[in-house]
Amino acid sequence: MHNPQLNANGELNHLLSIDGLPRDVLTHILDTASSFLEVSDRDVKKVPLLRGKSVFNLFFENSTRTRTTFEIAAKRLSADVINLDVARSSTAKGETLLDTVDNLVSMHADMFVVRHASSGAPYLIAEHLRRTGRDDVHVVNAGDGRHAHPTQGLLDMFTIRHFKKDFSNLTVAIVGDILHSRVARSDMHALGALGAAEVRAVGPQTLLPTAIERMGVHVFKDLREGIRGCDVVIMLRLQNERMNGALLPSAGEYFKCYGLTPEILALAKEDAIVMHPGPMNRGVEIDSAVADGPQAVILSQVTFGIAVRMAVMSILAGN
Amino acid sequence: MQAQNIHIRNGRLVDPKSGVDRQADVFVADGLVQAIGAAPTGFVADRVIDAAGRVVCPGLVDLSARLSSLDSELVAAVAGGVTALACPPDTRPPLDEPELVERLVRRSEAIGLAHVYPIGALTQQLAGEKLSEMVGLSRAGCIAFSQATKPIFDTQVLLRAMQYAANFGYAIRLQPQDHYLARDGVAHDGEVASRLGLSGIPVCAETLAISTALHLAAETGVRLHLSKLSSAAGVALVREARNSGVKVSCDVAIHHLHLSETDIGYFDSHARFDPPLRTSSDREALRAAVAEGLAVVCSDHTPVDEDGKQLPFGEALPGAIGLELLLPLVLKWAEEARVPLSAALARVTCDPAAVLGIEAGSISVGQRADICIFDPQEPWRVTTETLRSKGKNTPCMGWEMTGRVCATLVSGRVVFEL
Repeated sequence: MHNPQLNANGELNHLLSIDGLPRDVLTHILDTASSFLEVSDRDVKKVPLLRGKSVFNLFFENSTRTRTTFEIAAKRLSADVINLDVARSSTAKGETLLDTVDNLVSMHADMFVVRHASSGAPYLIAEHLRRTGRDDVHVVNAGDGRHAHPTQGLLDMFTIRHFKKDFSNLTVAIVGDILHSRVARSDMHALGALGAAEVRAVGPQTLLPTAIERMGVHVFKDLREGIRGCDVVIMLRLQNERMNGALLPSAGEYFKCYGLTPEILALAKEDAIVMHPGPMNRGVEIDSAVADGPQAVILSQVTFGIAVRMAVMSILAGN
Repeated sequence: MQAQNIHIRNGRLVDPKSGVDRQADVFVADGLVQAIGAAPTGFVADRVIDAAGRVVCPGLVDLSARLSSLDSELVAAVAGGVTALACPPDTRPPLDEPELVERLVRRSEAIGLAHVYPIGALTQQLAGEKLSEMVGLSRAGCIAFSQATKPIFDTQVLLRAMQYAANFGYAIRLQPQDHYLARDGVAHDGEVASRLGLSGIPVCAETLAISTALHLAAETGVRLHLSKLSSAAGVALVREARNSGVKVSCDVAIHHLHLSETDIGYFDSHARFDPPLRTSSDREALRAAVAEGLAVVCSDHTPVDEDGKQLPFGEALPGAIGLELLLPLVLKWAEEARVPLSAALARVTCDPAAVLGIEAGSISVGQRADICIFDPQEPWRVTTETLRSKGKNTPCMGWEMTGRVCATLVSGRVVFEL
């Protein structure tokens, strides 16, 4: 089946998911991101790679943080950035997703950064652009339903590579609400493609997707067992609406069983790093002592996120 | 159009019900089959149809076809060789009042293409709470009662509905799916849904509902038909019940014989079905159930306009059109599974007619002349132009099919010719 992310030359035309992307494409993005890191340290934090290009932030689901990082990344590349709060405008008035896209294409959009609550929405947009002969407009998935959040996955890989250099000896634990997490899925695919030695999915069965082991991960229902000997621990956010109901009895009980405390973290390797895609629920999935501790690299993730998003946008615009 | 004297000659007559599969001419007059083999005395044909190299079989009987627009979809039916079809009650408004049913019957008779057999709503508004007026609906023309895809939450209501239907000898059809287990689900709960981040519908949603239905059917003695099975475990339950003497029949929708969860690909909303496409081993079990005659095949024809499909997978409407693809897809399955033509055709002719309890699905002297003539070798391609249905929603778009309907007779009249 044709991978809708790639153009006829096998180059990245859209970034929709990490699933199916070869290692060299991922490595190229990470290498490009490295070269952008120093741009952020300059007095003039700009390069002209996207000068004259229009990037539309198309957020059908609210997310100030992710949208802001994309906006900063695009501006550092000298693009014109247009933020559309679609959740409150066109679609609320009944316009369909693809009508919105058609309108913005007519305004000469060069790139869409799409966040949507439904898995697969960015694929629908990419396919629509292909069918209408507008393959020159690029789509970046900024999170779709539970499916994928590829730039978060890439920035996580950038962070791991920064601190651990090489993936081949690494054991990585992804802990928490994997069922609803697009970050977890993107991380699993990326770690698989980059050759991590072992990827673990740790959480209660109510928060693990069916047949998750088929995605090449080892499942641990017990946090201690899952953390033991790890090099990297990726904690996932537990959404408020999942805390009290049929999935979990309470945030308190969740923290008792799956919260990352210094005692639990001590089971990991001494130099293990702790990551979190944010925003954190302190005292729910992670203890403040860990979040603010020496092993946490959570703020580095945020910094690297801008360089990674610059890399993705510049590569797409160049292809 | 007047009924003519029609002589269908040189065709290969395949009538699964009587076991006939031989070269034989068919003579039609006054809307009925008058003779098979030799012409009746004094028969003068107004019209001779040369069926050399073609198969002459009973018009197909479809257990479930939604007719969003009656005119276009009945044209699609006869173009697909379907001469009798049952339509589920989830129309707008639902078929829960005799007047609505009478109007549907009257309009479809006036159109004069495929015969339409309405299935009445089992409960008022399909809300699953109050019984519909089944006697009135039956007199208006309903041949069975169902909830279509709507649930009955309260099992006591389901028990009462079965008792009431059993009292009058009416058949009940259920699409077995536990509402709570299937809630928010849009795809089979398995590897593909997990990977794509789609909410899953577990197999136990089907098996639990089948078990409930079988228990209540045994309790009430109602004639039960389970529609659109999707899983190997579901098939196994029905087989077991049948072997222990429970009177239950079931069907499988045609797309479930050919597709599986992997056909969702990159969120292709044309592969969204209710019940969902499951694994390839489920598909094999469904094929086996059809091959052995445990299950019949229906088109589950569901036209959806483009607006209903051009949406993210989970928001798109489920279903595909099937009336014009039923025969070629059955032939494709028969070819792949090495099922003899007659047995394959039985699953879409006499077997579903028996489920519906109607006089149809066979070619025999004195019977209504509902006949399908098709070329079993002719290749054709599924395109928006070759499809007559108003709905163009099919996961088979672009497929090369083998076997094409050349002519269809309904009550002795030629209603379709290629």
